[in-house]
Amino acid sequence: MTAASALALENIDCTFASREDASQRYTAVRGTTLRVAEGEFVSVVGPTGCGKSTLLNVAAGLLQPSSGSVEVFGERLAGINSRAGYMFQAEALMPWRNTIENVAAGLDFRGVGREEGAARAGDWLKRVGLAGFERRFPHQLSGGMRKRVALAQILILNPQILLMDEPFSALDIQTRQLMENELLELWGADRKSVVFITHDLEEAISLSDRVVVLSAGPESRPIGDYAIDLPRPRDVAEIRLAPRFIEIHAKIWRTMKEEVLKGYAQQQRQ
Amino acid sequence: MPSSKDNSERKGRLRLRIGQVVLLAAIFALWHVLTSPTLLPPIYFSEPNQAAFFFGEPLKVLERLWRWFVSGDIYEHLWVTLIETLLAFLIGTVFGVIIGLWLALAPTASAILDPYIKALNAMPRVVLAPIFFVWFGLGIASKVALGVTLVFFIVFFNVYQGVREVSPVVLANARMLGAGPRQLLRHVYVPSAMSWVFASLHNSVGLAFVGAVVGEYLGSAKGVGYLILQAEGFFDMNTVVAGIVLLTAFALILDWVVGIAEKRLMVWQPRSSETERT
Repeated sequence: MTAASALALENIDCTFASREDASQRYTAVRGTTLRVAEGEFVSVVGPTGCGKSTLLNVAAGLLQPSSGSVEVFGERLAGINSRAGYMFQAEALMPWRNTIENVAAGLDFRGVGREEGAARAGDWLKRVGLAGFERRFPHQLSGGMRKRVALAQILILNPQILLMDEPFSALDIQTRQLMENELLELWGADRKSVVFITHDLEEAISLSDRVVVLSAGPESRPIGDYAIDLPRPRDVAEIRLAPRFIEIHAKIWRTMKEEVLKGYAQQQRQ
Repeated sequence: MPSSKDNSERKGRLRLRIGQVVLLAAIFALWHVLTSPTLLPPIYFSEPNQAAFFFGEPLKVLERLWRWFVSGDIYEHLWVTLIETLLAFLIGTVFGVIIGLWLALAPTASAILDPYIKALNAMPRVVLAPIFFVWFGLGIASKVALGVTLVFFIVFFNVYQGVREVSPVVLANARMLGAGPRQLLRHVYVPSAMSWVFASLHNSVGLAFVGAVVGEYLGSAKGVGYLILQAEGFFDMNTVVAGIVLLTAFALILDWVVGIAEKRLMVWQPRSSETERT
């Protein structure tokens, strides 16, 4: 390795013991190495239940791998990854805080004063198009709006790495494309390193510099690594029609198809 | 904009209120007719006055209440009972919240204490009253202690449950945003448990009264429970019923206060079928 990667997962194993029976073990991820360069947008795709979220939790420091190491800008990770922002698949906003309090939460935890926090949170709400919704509580917002709040909540802390776990999977297709374009625009402004988890290959290709395909679980590992040489800036809705996009899609899908079928069979058996 | 829908809604609510008042009046009327020595021939009882002896008479109950307040005799007793209730309610709630939070966040301690907590909860705690009389005497303290044991467990179990049910995603998110253990407690666990606490407070208001009044029955020189006990000694059913009505009214008022506090503190909670009001 030449320069230190922004994020390097080296030879990660994750084995879970069953809660009822400790002899029953499930290895979600085996021998996985994933390196993300500074400013690189990497998507990880794979069939459902292939341990994508496990990998992301390891990168976030929320989960200790059974073996292997995590390095963040060349430093070994211990505890929570404080240089990363994590956007969860499920609702993660604090329901008892209104929009602006939610966005300011990270500043609040870091001891930034209330007024300054509110001012900066207000700026971010404007940037994600939610000016005027400062006093709403999460349950009073639509799904897409809640995702914007979550995005602002993370970006206000200016993390060097963004970890995103199928953040838009619960949204309808139009809202989703809108959010994807907004994400690209925000990312383009200061080029953070991104690890974007999704099961949607089209989403992965249209957003990323690189797509990593994981095999079906258990014991999933990367089985393909594709550079995406589509020009930027991109519009996620339009780029899907470009011939080069279709070419890349076909190439990756050939690898992925078999794994998707395996993953499906796996789920049927359970 | 006062739409016609708003209007019909208000009308509907008014109709409900009228219905409720009519029902109350009907119950009083029925009670009056059935217990009055002169209105009906004695059907079940051999003597016309016996119905009134067993069930009291509504007009006399109201007259009793009226005289209590006009003469001011009641205030002293009411004050004692309310103080006992409020103290039991507050102390029980504070301990329930603190110990509930502690045990929910300390798995080892909670595993060790689990069977004992179950035993204490299963025990009919009113039997502790004699012990409390020995420890704290016949004054206010013994009644408060009894009420605390009743209130504590309700609040405790709800806080414990509430902390356990914190969304793991919200928790992980707060950690990723940089919250330390103290901040997690203050900004995630406590607010998340609050809705459970308020649910339990509605139940424990009644139990705080139970503690106070049962304590007064068992030994006291003041309080509404004491008044009821005295009246029972003279077979004065009207006073007994008047005492019950008084206690019920104050339990309702306390419950209403809890409801207002809940509404103010829990603004973030979605109410069913809430729509945007702009």
